[in-house]
Amino acid sequence: MRSTETVTGRPPPGLLLAAAVASVLVLLPLAVTLFQAAQAPFKDAINLLFRPLVGELLLNTLMLVVATTLCSAVLGTAAAWLLERTRVPGRRLWSALIAVPLAIPAFITSYAWVSLSPSLQDFAGALLIVTCSYYPILYLSVAAALRNIDPALEETARSLGCGPWSSFFRVVLPHLRPALLGGMLLVALDVLVEFGAFSLLRFRTFTTEIYAEYRTGFNGPEASLLAVVLIILCILFLVAEMRVRGSAQYARLGGGTRRKSVPYELGWAAIPVAAGFVLIAIVALGVPLGMIAFWLTQHSAAAISPVMASGGLLISTAARSLEFSALATLLTLTLALPLAFLAVRYKGWPITILERVAYLAQGVPSIVVALALVALTVHALRPLYQSTALLIVAYSILFMPLALVSLRAALSQAQRGLEEAGRSLGLNWFEIAFRIVLPLAGPGLGAAAALIFVSVFSELTATLLLAPIGTSTLAIQVWSDTSTLAFAAAAPYAAVMIGISLVSTWLLARRFGETAVFDSAATPDLKKTPAFRLEHAAEADI
Amino acid sequence: MILSLLRARGLLRIGAAAGLLFASRVPSIADPATTLTLYAGQHAQTINLLITDFQKRTGIVVKVHRGDGPEIANQLATEGASSPADVYFTENSPELVLLSKKHLLAPVDPKTLAEIPARYNSPKGDWVGVLARENVLAYNPAMVKPGELPASLMDLAKPSFKGKIAIAPTDGDFLPLVSAVAASKGKDAAVAWLKGLKTNAQIFDDDEGVVAAVDRGAVAMGIINNYYWARLQQEVGKAKMHSTIHHFTHGDIGGLINVSGAAVLKSSKHQAEAQKFLAYIVSAPAQSMLAKSDVDFEYPLHPGIAANPVLKPFSKLQPPAISVSQLGDDSDVASLLREAGLL
Repeated sequence: MRSTETVTGRPPPGLLLAAAVASVLVLLPLAVTLFQAAQAPFKDAINLLFRPLVGELLLNTLMLVVATTLCSAVLGTAAAWLLERTRVPGRRLWSALIAVPLAIPAFITSYAWVSLSPSLQDFAGALLIVTCSYYPILYLSVAAALRNIDPALEETARSLGCGPWSSFFRVVLPHLRPALLGGMLLVALDVLVEFGAFSLLRFRTFTTEIYAEYRTGFNGPEASLLAVVLIILCILFLVAEMRVRGSAQYARLGGGTRRKSVPYELGWAAIPVAAGFVLIAIVALGVPLGMIAFWLTQHSAAAISPVMASGGLLISTAARSLEFSALATLLTLTLALPLAFLAVRYKGWPITILERVAYLAQGVPSIVVALALVALTVHALRPLYQSTALLIVAYSILFMPLALVSLRAALSQAQRGLEEAGRSLGLNWFEIAFRIVLPLAGPGLGAAAALIFVSVFSELTATLLLAPIGTSTLAIQVWSDTSTLAFAAAAPYAAVMIGISLVSTWLLARRFGETAVFDSAATPDLKKTPAFRLEHAAEADI
Repeated sequence: MILSLLRARGLLRIGAAAGLLFASRVPSIADPATTLTLYAGQHAQTINLLITDFQKRTGIVVKVHRGDGPEIANQLATEGASSPADVYFTENSPELVLLSKKHLLAPVDPKTLAEIPARYNSPKGDWVGVLARENVLAYNPAMVKPGELPASLMDLAKPSFKGKIAIAPTDGDFLPLVSAVAASKGKDAAVAWLKGLKTNAQIFDDDEGVVAAVDRGAVAMGIINNYYWARLQQEVGKAKMHSTIHHFTHGDIGGLINVSGAAVLKSSKHQAEAQKFLAYIVSAPAQSMLAKSDVDFEYPLHPGIAANPVLKPFSKLQPPAISVSQLGDDSDVASLLREAGLL
């Protein structure tokens, strides 16, 4: 942990205040939701909360969460082990392809599958599509952990008589536990807050039901009460995730250098294994991309393409998506910077609290943030109601944890010692900033900006609920066309969206290294937690 | 040093953020007078056809805020007198009745009202009927024989239909049906009926989901507006349809006609242009454009304009005798649905 040299002194009050803005902003939707829920008379609230529907939703949501998490765990671990530990034919290709679904928003995957066959609109379909979208999180997490296991341990087990399976279950798997559990909880959290994919799949979860309440009654306490239940669920998962990441660490003590482990030969098993990877690639990538390509060529039926993707509309929606993403990136980084700086340079409970609070944003689903902001502005802050500014603020709240983690990583590159050395050599603050801090932290800042940009670009829920009147984005077009069964009409927007998202992720990976993007970035949640950062910082120091 | 630098930059940033907030407010203040804001609960495709043609004819630009009918009605009620909306155009009359009761609607130009038969307009003259849809039962002939089809909507709550039907209780189009049952049979009967449906039915988010489920054979029958079945057929092609339509007749409650209507908000600052838009959407050219479009499968309410031939002719329908006033404003529906465990 050389990189984080903290100062024990008191942080400047101005900076502390600026940092507090980020945390307060994150708390705002929570507070508004609780306030709104409290507007329901106690007896009504009890009736609303303990009605059969809430039980059904709990069952529906949790069953899907458990099933998706388990499927992702098996699939992700198997893929990671095979790619890290065996000589699978086409290993490099698969390890590149397997992470790509993370750059495709789940609601786009969902659109593609639903347009292939509406019979996917049930539990099995939801399981298939959500697993395809989120299992790469587990793959990345487990693959990183596998790379860090000392092969000597496994070899010792083998020399003591364990076969490959038994040494995997008795030695490797226990070492993977933190990565596996942490990754599973992240997938679970993602499934809990997912809205777009389930809405298009017509699978009822808390998020879709909150939206249903909104559709039938705009902004009443009914939606807020459901939101409170969902937030509690999310925060439970979030806390569990932080604990898993924070505790259970298997580490070797002392120095020493690890060898790269010797990969297993698969022998005849290479054929079914390679076939398995082909199948995964087809299901997770081939079908979504293929369906979009297919619909792009279908222009015949009027009802399919009524809002025929005129070039003009395509350009204007794309421009709007880019504009929102740029503004949101700017505001999010601005708001997160003071807090990230404090967290890197100072210690103390106020900073810890501010940081923890900001990370809470992960546990607040975007539909809840959006509805809370609507309620707040329609009742109390009318000038902001339906404004672009409000949408940008919503994005900033949603992606604050992402910004904080990326900024912390960037700022810790600029060590305080180097600044002090610069000062002792007679540089003034301007020179220090431009000759020392920026060159050191610059690439990290760039990566942070790019990450937030891509995340905002593919955001659906908040955009849908908060976009100013008369504005439409790529995400909104895909959603509204798909939900009215106009699949061909949605295709051009989906294609442009995926295109921009894939290209920017690819550029990001090339510019900043694959690990920078995929280990921490394209799996935004993965690097949101302080514990995970510490782990990574520790790895970097080895 | 570096800290004071950051502090200074921090201030700049806060300034920039504030600037951003204000900058983004400017365009909405500087809107030209010829831009109308339409709050729409109607289908995006229908709205698009209308506003494009309207703009061509009048030069008036229409900005659209889309959502579900009930959502937008409640949004307008929450926004009250300071709503940015000029016109509200929605799929079902109860949403307009709600706003009428809250005195948020301006009187519609009598000439516009005269274009549409009076029974489809607001009795108070503050909204006008535009289009209509029929409630029907879509069914999959491979799964249910015509002889087993219910004579009445109320039958669907009977145990013999368990597992055989699909409904979308939170779709804006289902709510008037509940209101109609409550208006004609009483609230207790409505709750009993809904509870029966809860036991019998698969639940979907919207009519699109219901009709798709029936067509693919996931469920035998589904309550929908005829619009959605016609739309699915248009999409997948006649030859590939596995479902068809059962009409409720003899004035059965299930054959209820949903009236889609529009109104000018009292708070609108563009009254003249807003009235022009209403006059346009009930005019013969606009209504026949929709009827011929293969995009909108609703009945034009302007007399003398034939509906899309895919639909059963309007004059052949046998809807129940429930007026728009008797149908009311759907305000009790949410609590009835919750009582039955459907919401």
